[in-house]
This record gives sequence, structure tokens and C-alpha cells, in this order.
Amino acid sequence: MAENGIGASVRRKEDNRFLIGKGNYTDDISVVGQTHAVFVRSPHAHATLNRIDTSAALAAPGVVAVFTGDDLVADGIGPLICGVTVTSDDGQPHRAPRHPALAQGKVNYVGDHVAVVIAETLAQAKDAAELVVVDYGVLPAVTNTADASQPGQPQIHNEAPNNVCFNWPFGEKAAVEAAFASAHKVSTLELVNNRMVTNAMEPRAALGEYNSGTQEITLHLTTQNPHVHRLVMSAFNNLAPEHKLRVVGPDVGGGFGVKIFVYAEELVVGWACRKVQRPVKWTADRTEAFLSDAHGRDHVATAEVAMDAEGHFLALRVMTQANLGAYLSTFGTMVPSYLYAFLLAGQYRTPLIYSEVKAVFTNTAPVDACRGAGRPEATYLLERLVDIAAADMGLDPAEIRRRNYIPKDAFPYQTPVVQCYDSGDYVAALDKALALADYAGFPARAAEAKARGKRRGIGLSSYVEACGIAPSAAVGQLGGGVGLWESAQVRFNPTGNVQVFTGTHSHGQGHETTFAQLVTELLGVPIDSIEVIHGDTARTQFGMGTYGSRSLAVGGVAIAKACEKLIAKGKKIAAHALEAAESDIEFAAGNFTVTGTDKAMSIAAVAFNAYVPHSYPEGLEPGFDENAFFDPMNFSFPAGTHICEVEVDPDTGEVDIVRYSAVDDFGKLINPMIVEGQVHGGIVHGIGQALLEGCRYDSEGQLLTASYMDYAMPRADNVPSFDVDYAPTNPPHNPLGVKGCGEAGAIGAPPAVINAIVNALGIRHLDMPATPEKVWRAAQQAA
Amino acid sequence: MYEFTYHKAESIEAAIATLQQSDDAKFVAGGQTMLPTMKHRLASPSDLIDLGGIAALRGIEVNGDALVIGAMTTHATVAASAEVKKLIPALAGLAGNIGDPAVRNRGTLGGSIANNDPAADYPAALIALGASVKTNMREIAADDFFTGMFETALAENELIVSVRFPKPQAAAYMKFENPASRYAVVGVFVAKTKDGIRVGVTGATPCAHRGLRLEAALNKDFSPAAIDSVELPVEKMNSDIHASAEYRAHLVKVMTKRAVTACG
Repeated sequence: MAENGIGASVRRKEDNRFLIGKGNYTDDISVVGQTHAVFVRSPHAHATLNRIDTSAALAAPGVVAVFTGDDLVADGIGPLICGVTVTSDDGQPHRAPRHPALAQGKVNYVGDHVAVVIAETLAQAKDAAELVVVDYGVLPAVTNTADASQPGQPQIHNEAPNNVCFNWPFGEKAAVEAAFASAHKVSTLELVNNRMVTNAMEPRAALGEYNSGTQEITLHLTTQNPHVHRLVMSAFNNLAPEHKLRVVGPDVGGGFGVKIFVYAEELVVGWACRKVQRPVKWTADRTEAFLSDAHGRDHVATAEVAMDAEGHFLALRVMTQANLGAYLSTFGTMVPSYLYAFLLAGQYRTPLIYSEVKAVFTNTAPVDACRGAGRPEATYLLERLVDIAAADMGLDPAEIRRRNYIPKDAFPYQTPVVQCYDSGDYVAALDKALALADYAGFPARAAEAKARGKRRGIGLSSYVEACGIAPSAAVGQLGGGVGLWESAQVRFNPTGNVQVFTGTHSHGQGHETTFAQLVTELLGVPIDSIEVIHGDTARTQFGMGTYGSRSLAVGGVAIAKACEKLIAKGKKIAAHALEAAESDIEFAAGNFTVTGTDKAMSIAAVAFNAYVPHSYPEGLEPGFDENAFFDPMNFSFPAGTHICEVEVDPDTGEVDIVRYSAVDDFGKLINPMIVEGQVHGGIVHGIGQALLEGCRYDSEGQLLTASYMDYAMPRADNVPSFDVDYAPTNPPHNPLGVKGCGEAGAIGAPPAVINAIVNALGIRHLDMPATPEKVWRAAQQAA
Repeated sequence: MYEFTYHKAESIEAAIATLQQSDDAKFVAGGQTMLPTMKHRLASPSDLIDLGGIAALRGIEVNGDALVIGAMTTHATVAASAEVKKLIPALAGLAGNIGDPAVRNRGTLGGSIANNDPAADYPAALIALGASVKTNMREIAADDFFTGMFETALAENELIVSVRFPKPQAAAYMKFENPASRYAVVGVFVAKTKDGIRVGVTGATPCAHRGLRLEAALNKDFSPAAIDSVELPVEKMNSDIHASAEYRAHLVKVMTKRAVTACG
């Protein structure tokens, strides 16, 4: 292993600038002549826009411009798009109502964009925004997932009768029904997967600048995927041609999915800076983030499993209603369909699976990917159902899982729901987790807690997820509008240091360290001589960005492939310089050597040689700079078992997580410290969903949890110190042997926590978030 | 935030004079409620009169068998005060668990009780300890001070100078925190005083109140078990997305029991 190479817990290179306050976030950037945008947002969940009077706002001090939806239409800008098609049961594509960036004729959720006010100062823009007079015709609203498609509910879009976006059946219905009819036992569960507000620490922001000399727009954005933003805004929103649009995602303070999407504010800022010929900046305040960031989850589902007499799963049937909000966000249709139903096999050999997903529109903020995106919903449903099945069969939760796991010699394993799992050893992870959690010692701990008046519970969750989002073939088959490969460019400068350009984007994951470790391992260049560059369409080649735990599994491999190309070219250059045959050149630890001689040349010397070439033979190009693209053959399938132990105070309903053990298979780890941090963060996110985070709208569509006064985010004192270990397997299709780790905790944790609470109380089910009052009531009923 | 005129008062008299001369002025103490409210454009005072420069409003004194704490004394100062820890440790503990460090370093005793948030901690302590509020005009007993949700007995030109807390024989505060805001869903302050047991309850109702039924039970039998048979009026309790009235009524009893246990 190279020093600081693969497997070393190198301290994060990027942290220096963050820790000394030199991070460069979108809102940190200010430019000469900058104006400020404030959006006028609908206070109503559902209303006609009868008239918008902007005259008083236009006359207010400092106001540069006020625009409405008509101005965008006049310039042919928009509407916003959804990039993935789902075919409904009538054979038609999902209903895709028009999604204007500034509302036209109607508003459909509280926070919907009605107008934008641009002024010299932020305070002036806010003052003027209050002067925009809007005559709303308030309509009844529907916010509840289960109610939205019922008869008699308010209709949100003419294009979507009964508010249904799609009704998507998948699987062999008749075979599943037959299996249920002859089953020894059927276990059933109805559950809600609670709606979440993603809450990245840095709110969304945009700064648009237009250069009238070059006709180029430069848009700094809080984005996880600058090239995707540029592509969508160019190809679909008509903002500017790609070569005249530069999108920069500078330092970004957390994404968790919510910064993947192309939002109204971003498009409007990009357009308005050209319209007013002045730079325009917008930064969401926290209330705006609550109202208008894409939310996550929000399912209501019924799940049934059919079993034989030994508790083997024979078939699974899942009926789901998924809330997509008022409009389709960029990947809104994909999350409750392909990213959800195709994970319903979980870690189990269940041979038959049937799923129906009805996706509905409601008068709420659009719903899209949030850390895990579909997989947490699938995992929560399945892992809750498995515990119910265990209870119904009188089996220990660990035992029923063990009986149904896909055995390690069955990989690659073709599930009945499209996915073909790459590698796994689920028993190994389970056994390791049981030992780490001292599962055997639980009854004694529970008895000790009981003597103190507390109720202890333990809960398991065995998850599998599909990440390393790619491969393009699969994504295309699934209706994706774009392929999902990744790109890299590895460039030596003449003096031997290296710039690595990646199409992924780091917004907290530590790519600048992990990718540098990869390059130091492969090329033998010291890690301090390697700089990782990302997030600027003017600096990096086209790439797909970061989400779905894909950056290392897809983008890392592209970097490795570029390094391989450099080594191959370096051999030619070294052969020329050392006057040897190319076939005699070997490369190891940063040096090219001639086999059987002491003649050697460092890779830095090769790089210098490549930029000051003399008499290169025909066919040998100068320069030392290579591109590579990687399109994997499959997704990556991290998996693991998490075990949560809780102590419930029956007097108050408070839940204390006293122990949490996670054993994951992420394949090979490049930087174990960073991976552990990702695991911790993911688990905390999952604990947040399980215990604290519940986004609530009232029946009129007002967001009741629109600030941290009412929306509870997990804090340090809500979580224990985690016990983390690994049970790696080698995914054969991934050249680096890596999987993805960023979402695993958020996927694995919720069912582990709820299973533990259910176990502590001796009840059948409790919906998330398990707030103190809910737990107290359940404890009262169970007592 | 809308535009306003800022004044820094150097004396109580100057503060009152400025208030009287202004259109719609507000005093600002630590600003932990006032400023966020203004930032959200939910309040738009014409003038803000900063009380931070008035030395007479600061400080902690032991006066016989009582603590006198200046209105502008921050929560952090109260929490760290050796005098408070010695005379009324439960009060120091209460102050040390308000909000977060930033709030405690800015927020003040006077600001908190003048605002009288239904979920604030201090009102429960004032009520249970039989404290009195000294203003530029008079002295007001805690029982008479908190009059309704965000309402107090303070007159228009009245400014809190200090609060006098008689030392109890024993006291304890138990708070069940809102998981989001960490304000009190329910907070119960129990004090053994020379006049018997006093109980201050915050969070449960629109305004902090004396728990007379709880006091009656505890005056007969100062034990957690004494609370079991107390019936609290559920219909008077607050109910919101975090806690129903029934749950709050239950929590009042649980927190009271815990406070009794902590009193020893």
C-alpha cells in the first residue's frame, strides 16, 4: 500500500479551508453590481391567481425589476421537467402536468413561486415583495397521501384526473396470489413512511451573472451535479446553449439529494441576470427551505408476506401510495418506483413479488430523493414486515432472517424484481452484528432495565441497497432520460503535480481526500501533490454528479481508468527517453524502470519529458493528461445488518438509544475514517426519521413544521456512540472492488430503531416518528 | 427586518424617557425572542431601546435569605453564579438548561419573564419560589405578575429592575423538553418554602400557573405517591402537534413526582 493510499485513514484535505473559515459557498460570493432576488410565494396551498399587481413593488425604492410567470413564457423559459418516465397501468406515460418556474394561473402549494422581485439590496427586495398584490381565489386543498386519489377530492391538475400521476403495477400478480392462497401463514402490515424535510446545513442559493460581451451566463448554485443542471437548463428549460452557460457548484454545505434537482429559483435567477443585465443573487432563508426544498419519503403502504410452515418467505405483496407533492420534481417519479419496488426483495430469497405503486399529487411541496431515495422506504417496509412475520411464526427476528437470506454462494443473485445483486455474505454480517451488539446478553440487560422501571428493546434490520447509480443501460431501460456513467480527467502538470478532474461533486463526502488517495496509490505521486477539482462546468469535463452513493463506485473507477491510461502512455515516453523497448518498461510505486537494468525514471520526470518533448517518434503525442469514462455493468449493492437497542421510559414515552451496532459490506474501503463518518451520518439521519422528524401539513395545506421550533432534527444527545464494523465482499463487476457508503445508515437505521421500540413495548407496530407521546400511548395500551 | 431606530439607554430613567418619546418603541434585553421575531417581520417596532448599558439592571446579590438578580443578568451568569448555586441550586440548574449556549449568553432573566412565553422556564421558578418582581414603579408578587399568554402585569412605562427569590428549604425543577425547540412541553418547579409547598407549572397551559391541586396533595404528603390521585383539568391544557392536552396533564404529574423526588 502506498503511503496515504488505499486503506489509510488520511485526514481530510478539504477540512483545512472549512475549519479556518475559508470555505467558499455560493452565498459567500459577491460580485460588483450584484442585485438581490426575493420570491413572492403563495400563502395558500391551492388557489387561482386572478390578478398580480406589481406596480407598487416596481415603484418601491431600489427595485430593479419584478417578474411573473408571463415574463418567463414570453421569453420561452421553462417549464421545469421530470427526467424519468414511469408507464402507468393504462399503458400511458405518467401524467406530467406543466410545472412553471413562476406560477401561471394557479398556485398549488404553500411556497409556490408567484413572482420575483429584484432590488439593489436584500432588504429593499423584501420590502417590495410585500407590495406585490396578488388576488387569490382560494380553493380547497388536499395534502394527505391516502386521501388524494379518493373521489370528491380537490383536483390539482387537469392533466391528472383524481390526482393520480401513475399507477404502476410490477411483478407476477397471479403467481403471487396463488402463493398467498396456499400459504401456511400470511403476515400483514400497514404503515406510513413519514415525510421528511431534508435540511442540508447550507440552504439553497444561486448567483447569476451575465456577460453581455460573450453572451455567457455564469450560474453559481448549490448543486450536487453542475453538468446536469447545465444540461437540463439548456436542453429543456431554454435558458442558454450549453457552451454559453457555466454552472459552478462551489463548496456546498450538504446535499442529501435535495440539491440534485433543478429548481424554479435557480432557473429564474439564471434568466433574470440576463434580463436585467445585472448579477442576481438569491439565498433561501430557512423558512423558504422548509417550504420549497423537495421533501422526502411520504408513503402509505400495505405489505403482506406469505410463508410456509418453517417461516420461509413464499411471496410478497406490497400496495403503496406515494405522495409526489404538487408538481413533479426532477426525479420525482423515479424514487417511489424504480428505486423502491426493485429493492423489495431485500436480502431474501422471496421468489415471487408483486407491487403496485400509486403516485399522487397533493397540495404540498414536491417530493423527490432524500438520502436513500426509495431504498429507505423499501427497507423500512420489508424489515418491519419481517419482524411481524417472526412474531407471527414464533421465531426470533434473527432466525427468520437467517432462514430467508440469499446464501453467499448464490451471487450474483437475480431477484424477481429486476435487480441482480453483485455480491454479499448476509450471514457473515448478521453474525458479526449479533456479536458486536451482544445479542445473547440482551435478556439480562432487559431484566436489569425492568428493575429500574424502564423497558428495553432490541431491533434488527438487514438491508440491501442499490447504489453506485449507473449503469446507463439499466437506467435507460428504466425510463431515465440520461445515461449514468461517470468521467475523469487526470492531468499532470509539467512539474509533476497532478490535477484530478472529476464529474462527481463533493458536498461533504470528502472526495478531495478519497480520490487523491486513489491516485497516490495508483500513480505513486505524493498525496500533497494531488488536487481534486470538481463542480465547475468550465473546468471539468461533462459528468453526472453525486447522488445515489455513486461517486467512488462509478467516478472513482473513471479516475483509476485515466490513471491506467497515463501509465500506458508513460511507458511509451519512458521507453523513448530511456532508449528501451516499451515492452521492457515496468511501472511500480511511481517509477518507470527498464526490466533487468537500473535505468529508471519517475512519473514526474516522465510528465516533464512529455511537456518538453524532443524528437518524439511518430505516433507518440506530447502531453501527459488523460480522460476516461466509466459505465459499470451493474449497480453496486451494499448491505448489512444494523442492531439498535433502546430503553423506553414508560412514564413519558421517551426513547433512549443505548446501543447501536452496524456491520456493513461496502466492499473495499479507501479511507476507513471517512467511511465511518458517512456511516455515522447516515445512521443519525435514519434515527432522525425514526424518532424525531415528521413533516406535517394541516388539512388546508399550511406547513405546521416550518422551522426548527417544530421540526426536530437529530442532535448529538439523541444518539449513542456507534459500534461500526464491516463484513466486506468483493463486487466482481467493480474494478476497484468498492461499493457505496453514503446512504446505508439512513436506509438501515429506521427499521432497526422501530423494531427495537416495538420489541420494548411488546406491540405490533408503531408509525414513525416515534415521538414521546406516541410511544407513551403505545406503552399505556400495551401495559 | 424592517427599519427601526436603535437607542442604547444609559439609565432606567433614560430608557423610560426614550420609550415615552417614541412612536412604538420596545425594550430589548437579550433579544433572543425579539430579534428573531423582527427578522421574520412579525414585529416592527419603530424604536428599539437597548437595556444592555444600564449597570443597575445587572448582577446577583444575596440579600438576607434571598437572592436578588438583576433583570439584565444572563442565563449563563445565573447558571454559573456561586451564590445562586449555593442558595437555590435548582434555579442555577434551570438557567443552565435554557436554550443553547448562544441563547444563555445573551438571554436574560428580565427579558424572559417580560416576554412570558408559555413554554419558558423562569416563570415556573418565580411562581414556585414566591419571588417578587421589582420594577421602576413597584414590587409585584410572582403570583400576580404572569397574567396570560405573553402577558404580564407590567404597565406601559414599567421596566423590570430585578427579581427577588427567597431561599427555599429545598427545590427542584423538572422539564420535559420539546424535541425540536427544547422549550418546555411541561416544566414543573417544586419548592419547599416557609409557607408550605409551592408548585410552579410552565408549558402546560397558556400561561405559567401555580399548581394548587398539586400543592394541596404535597402539603399533606410530600411524596411522589401523593401525586397519583391528583386530577388535573385536561381541558385547560395546551394541545399542539407535539403534545395533546391529555399527555401534557400526564406529564405535569410525572414531572412533579420527579421534582419531589429530587427535593429529597
